[in-house]
Amino acid sequence: MFKWFDKWTRENPVDIERPAILVGVAGAAVLAAVSVVALGQPFKTDSLQTGPRGNGMSVPEFVSDLAVPDPAIAELFDDPPYVPEEGEELAGDIYQNVQVLGELTDANFNRLMAAMTRWVAPEQGCAYCHGDGDLETYGEDNLYTKVVARRMIEMTRNINENWDGHVNANKTVGVTCMTCHRGQNVPSDIWFKMGEVNMAAAGWSAVQNRVTPLTSYTSLPTDALEKYLLDGDLIGVHDLESRVAARPGDEGVPTIQDAERTYALMNYVANSLGVNCTFCHNTRAFYDGGQVTPQWATESLGIQMVLELNNDYLVPLAEVLPEDRLGPVAGDAPKAACRTCHKGYQQPLQGTNVIADWPELATSEAPDYGQ
Amino acid sequence: MTEYQNIFTQVQVEGPAEWGMDNENDLASERIVTPGFSRLVGWVGNAQLGPIYLGWTGMISLATGALAIFIIGLNMLAQVGWSIPEFLRQGFWLALEPPSPEYGLTIPPLNDGGWYIIASLFLLVAVCTWWLRTYLLAEQHKMGKHVAWAFASAIWLFLVLGLFRPILMGSWSEAVPYGIFPHLDWTTAFSIRYGNLYYNPFHGLSIVFLYGSVLLFAMHGATILAVSRFGGDRELEQIVDRGTASERAALFWRWTMGFNATMEGIHRWAWWFAVLTPITGGIGILLTGTVVDNWFIWAQEHHFAPMYDGSYGYEAYGTYEAFIGRE
Repeated sequence: MFKWFDKWTRENPVDIERPAILVGVAGAAVLAAVSVVALGQPFKTDSLQTGPRGNGMSVPEFVSDLAVPDPAIAELFDDPPYVPEEGEELAGDIYQNVQVLGELTDANFNRLMAAMTRWVAPEQGCAYCHGDGDLETYGEDNLYTKVVARRMIEMTRNINENWDGHVNANKTVGVTCMTCHRGQNVPSDIWFKMGEVNMAAAGWSAVQNRVTPLTSYTSLPTDALEKYLLDGDLIGVHDLESRVAARPGDEGVPTIQDAERTYALMNYVANSLGVNCTFCHNTRAFYDGGQVTPQWATESLGIQMVLELNNDYLVPLAEVLPEDRLGPVAGDAPKAACRTCHKGYQQPLQGTNVIADWPELATSEAPDYGQ
Repeated sequence: MTEYQNIFTQVQVEGPAEWGMDNENDLASERIVTPGFSRLVGWVGNAQLGPIYLGWTGMISLATGALAIFIIGLNMLAQVGWSIPEFLRQGFWLALEPPSPEYGLTIPPLNDGGWYIIASLFLLVAVCTWWLRTYLLAEQHKMGKHVAWAFASAIWLFLVLGLFRPILMGSWSEAVPYGIFPHLDWTTAFSIRYGNLYYNPFHGLSIVFLYGSVLLFAMHGATILAVSRFGGDRELEQIVDRGTASERAALFWRWTMGFNATMEGIHRWAWWFAVLTPITGGIGILLTGTVVDNWFIWAQEHHFAPMYDGSYGYEAYGTYEAFIGRE
């Protein structure tokens, strides 16, 4: 049909592939460049400077991630306290067996009880701690949940009162039940002892080289949280002189294995806060207190705080907790660490002040209603 | 023209299998495997496969090497309760670890480093007999011993890591675990424990030679491929009867950077850079923990780790609130 075309093509051979590839590649490049300029770079990052200029200390984040606030913030609610009036009757006088919140007025006591229900047991309601009985039975301590809740109120007050240097290091934010629980009976990101994870092995061979969430899916030692956040072992592994007389295996001499365990803890902390090493350290000299960032001090306090919470508050609860709440390997009580509160954010709930409405939880003494 | 611009070797000459020399030393008598040809292998090397000379060194090396690998593999398998799926799933995480520190240089229980010591012993025999093989075969071929000495430099680093340094430190626990990720953990922990290995000058030298080797390899490979159209890949002929390929290659570099290696000299450059990489690295490892315990402080004492002037510039850092857009 198109003989004239075939004839013309035959008589005028033209290399069409090379220009086609050239035009295609150049065209695609131009299209990509125009889209990036017009629509914006989809993987844009922003970074938070954490060290002196020029040494690369910063925490990078995707701009798209930064734009989305922690979804848990939306679940917070305002519930301002009722300023007590002179001579108002206190909860301790009205109700039976009020051991820790007795100094609250009736209105504030019930306000806090209702809030705790929403924070910890939104589905089960009051019955989760007080059982299905009538109001008269609410004084009983029959359920372990109530005994635990009482201890947790004491713990919350202790954190707000005595660990101000960690919790309110940047500004007043405080903690409530919500900081960890987020509407769940048992907070997420608690931890248990893992014991020996490898079969047919003992010593250091038995406690590393497995995929576990607590080691941030690395092959680092699995007992880091247990050693450092429960037993209080020394985290630092460095010698503070260029030459020291010490041999591995001597008492108190950190080994390479200890360094791996410290690295496991540091990985856990960094992942719990969504940061990197340079958030706290100048990585050229991890150990050097003269080169760390201000966050390092906050973090060190946090480690001391977690040690106290685990040893004084959480571990003793093993006596009252039922078996299904205990650890699968060692039968130990659930314990807290960085991620239990932080949940992947630099500051829990991205630094939202949660304590403002709850002077009752801010102190173990008489609450300050700003009168 | 474009036949020279290919990723793989295009021209494969195939004739009767080449059996090699049989002039003295019974070179042919221990040669086994009937030679065959593979077009696939010919793309990346010589298309002829076999025969191979094993000899007593080869047989000991293969046997002890296989034993070491089996001990390591079976230990990993035992760690996951002999479950093949778990072994595959966690394979990169698993390892045969050296003994715990409390055993020092004594023989530990099998399940806490004992198997590691046994596997290491077999591995040592395997590597050393393989080295002997490279030496003896070169001798029988009346070659220089360059390959053997280059291999020895790698063995030096291997022995420093697994034998010399642990003995000097007085503990087998200092050795490197046999595992994919675990040996990388060891490397990081080793650097951190001793105050940042980047301030160890021998580590720095080793990196110089490593990266230098890469650069030289790329330059040499590119140069020869670029003149292979003039016969440049026939290096022996070019050395004996310098032809246009060598001349062009030499001129290219001399006109580009004012200096050029020779057809022979470039291989000395490459050999020394490659050999010095593990030699200097091994020295650096051997000094760590034995002579220097904190390389950063050592570097400060020797004035090559600069101190900041104290102005950390906190005010420029910005706040978390601004970072997350919640000011």
